[in-house]
Parts: sequence; C-alpha cells; structure tokens
Amino acid sequence: MQRLGTLYRGREGMWTWVLHRVSGVAILFYLFAHVVDQALLNVSPEAYDRVIDTYRNPFVGLLEIGLAVVVIFHALNGLRIILFDFWSQGVARQRQMLWVQTVLFLVLAIPPVVAIGAHVVEEL
Amino acid sequence: MQVKLRVRRFNPETDSESRIETYDVPADPMDRVLDLLHWVKWNVDGSLTFRRSCAHGICGSDAMLINGTNRLACKVLVREVGDQITVEPLRGLPVNKDLLVDMEPFFASYREVLPYLVNDDPAPDTERRQSQADRERFDDTTKCILCAACTTSCPVFWADDEYFGPAAIVNAHRFIFDSRDQGAAQRLTVLNDKEGVWRCRTTFNCTDACPRGIKVTQAIQEVKRALLFRKV
Ligand code: FES
Repeated sequence: MQRLGTLYRGREGMWTWVLHRVSGVAILFYLFAHVVDQALLNVSPEAYDRVIDTYRNPFVGLLEIGLAVVVIFHALNGLRIILFDFWSQGVARQRQMLWVQTVLFLVLAIPPVVAIGAHVVEEL
Repeated sequence: MQVKLRVRRFNPETDSESRIETYDVPADPMDRVLDLLHWVKWNVDGSLTFRRSCAHGICGSDAMLINGTNRLACKVLVREVGDQITVEPLRGLPVNKDLLVDMEPFFASYREVLPYLVNDDPAPDTERRQSQADRERFDDTTKCILCAACTTSCPVFWADDEYFGPAAIVNAHRFIFDSRDQGAAQRLTVLNDKEGVWRCRTTFNCTDACPRGIKVTQAIQEVKRALLFRKV
C-alpha cells in the first residue's frame, strides 16, 4: 500500500486548521481535569483545597500559561472560521482576517502570560 | 544543469510498499517536470508509469504531488522548483502503479452532483440566452479540468474518502448558479449531505493547488451560503 510520503506543504489555512484541531483536543483534556477538580468540592472542602494548592507548582503554572494561549487562539480562530460562512467577503479577505487575528491574539495573550508568568516566578 | 529527481514508485506485482527511486536527469531550467519524467521513461526505465495526454495544462491528466504540493507536471518548470525534485502520486486515491492513481472514486463523486444542464423546458429554436452578468456569476467554476489536484490536496478528503471533495462541489457550483439551469435544488440536497459541503474546513489547500486558478474555497463557501440562507 501507499505510505504517507512527504508532508503536504499547505499554507496558513492548513496550519491554522491543524492548530485549531490540536488546541481543541488540548482544551478537551483540560476540561476533563477541570471537571474532576471541581467535583472534589462534593467530596470535601479540604480535599478541594489540597488539590488546588498543588496548582501553585511552577509546572502547573506553565500548563496554565499554555491553557490561556490555546484557548485564546482557538476562540479567535473559531470566529474567523465562522465569518467564512456568515460574511460574504470572508473567504476573499482570509489573509487580512488572519493578520487581524494575529494582532488580537498578541494583545489578548500577552497580559495573562505575563501575569501567570509572574506567579510562576514567585513560586520558584 | 542536473536535477536529482526522486520518484515514489510502486509496482503492484512485486512491491508490498512504495519506495523512492532517485534519478539524475540532465535538464534545462525551462524544462517542465513532465519532461524529466519523460526522460526517465524513455532513457532509463520504460516501466515508469504516469498519465499525461495534452502536455499543455488542459486535459487534467498529470496532476501529482511535486515537492509537497499538488501541481500539473506539464505546467511546473524546473526553475520554479529547483534541482531537487520529489514526485509522488496524488494522495487519498488508490495507487495503481507508480504515479498512476485510480480516479474512479473521484469521478463517482463528480457524477453524483449532476454535472450537466438540468432544464425541463422545451428546447428553444435558438440558444438558451442569458445576460452577461448571469454568465459571469459562475464563470470561475467553468474552468475546471477535473485533474483532481484540489480534491487530493484536502486533508479532510485524505481522512474521509466519502467526502465529495472540492472538485465535485466546484462542478455543482458551475450549474447551481447558472440562470439557465433548474437543478439547483437537487444538487443542493446532494451537497447538504453529511459528506457534502459541511465537511469543508476551509484549509484553502484546494485554492492553492488548482492549476486553473479557480477560487475553489470561495465556490464551496458560496454553496454553503446558498444552503444557509436558502437562496441561490
Ligand atoms: S498532460 Fe494534460 S494537463 Fe498536463
């Protein structure tokens, strides 16, 4: 049978699609963990506090930074995809939309990265 | 100049897996990739198998994966791709031999969208007339040569060969937006299927791959919007 050969050299559209999928799966895994830690409230407030306390760990801090970045990317990219369907100019303007998206991404992602990053450094 | 031409080959009678063969081919920067394949076939190994007919970018026979993107071998010049060239069969269709893929699944999807004029009115004595603006509406999608470069550039199609694929949608678009045609509702029903237009994830690979410069993603979105807003 045919083996997948070289990587297909798609452009922005393909790579944002790949990132959209990867970020979607990452967010899904986070939600599982999140549901579990919130469910601990039903067990006991102490159990909940103990688990949440472990989140001060710098490694979890890095994961939190990752989460913020991934959610912001996924949300903005999702809006761009929605505009392809609901705005008649969407497809024709896809490059410009990607630029706007990138700028918005930086504006929205830098503050949480800096804020959480500061916490991580404090805990080191 | 010398070109290092790497070709993914597969002989169904002897191979269980495809393999890469490398050929050193004398070339001129203005040669086409098709010329290199001819050189190998005519001078080195006559069993090298690929399709081509017109050799001038109009029959749609020789779409293949050239240095990682779908192109017509007869339209790509050596100077555009350099002296290291890798040629592989189109992805997502069964490989019969070397660069020759089975196009039947592709044409099966094409046939399903009724790619012909549907109009039950009695035929007029002269042409069925339409305004220039009405003709312009679907001009872009009349250019398709059914080479499959778009459909086999689509990551969704690689993973799901039931998906109609960009080319079938382009050819549906060609008639859906033709003022002389009456089959739009039928075609839209076909494409509203779960393997229809909604499978498109707007990666734009198809638009980039089309050797005719058709705005494929645009056409797909126009069909989606026709379904969404119930107007053609
Ligand atoms: S051989 Fe006809 S399109 Fe290339």
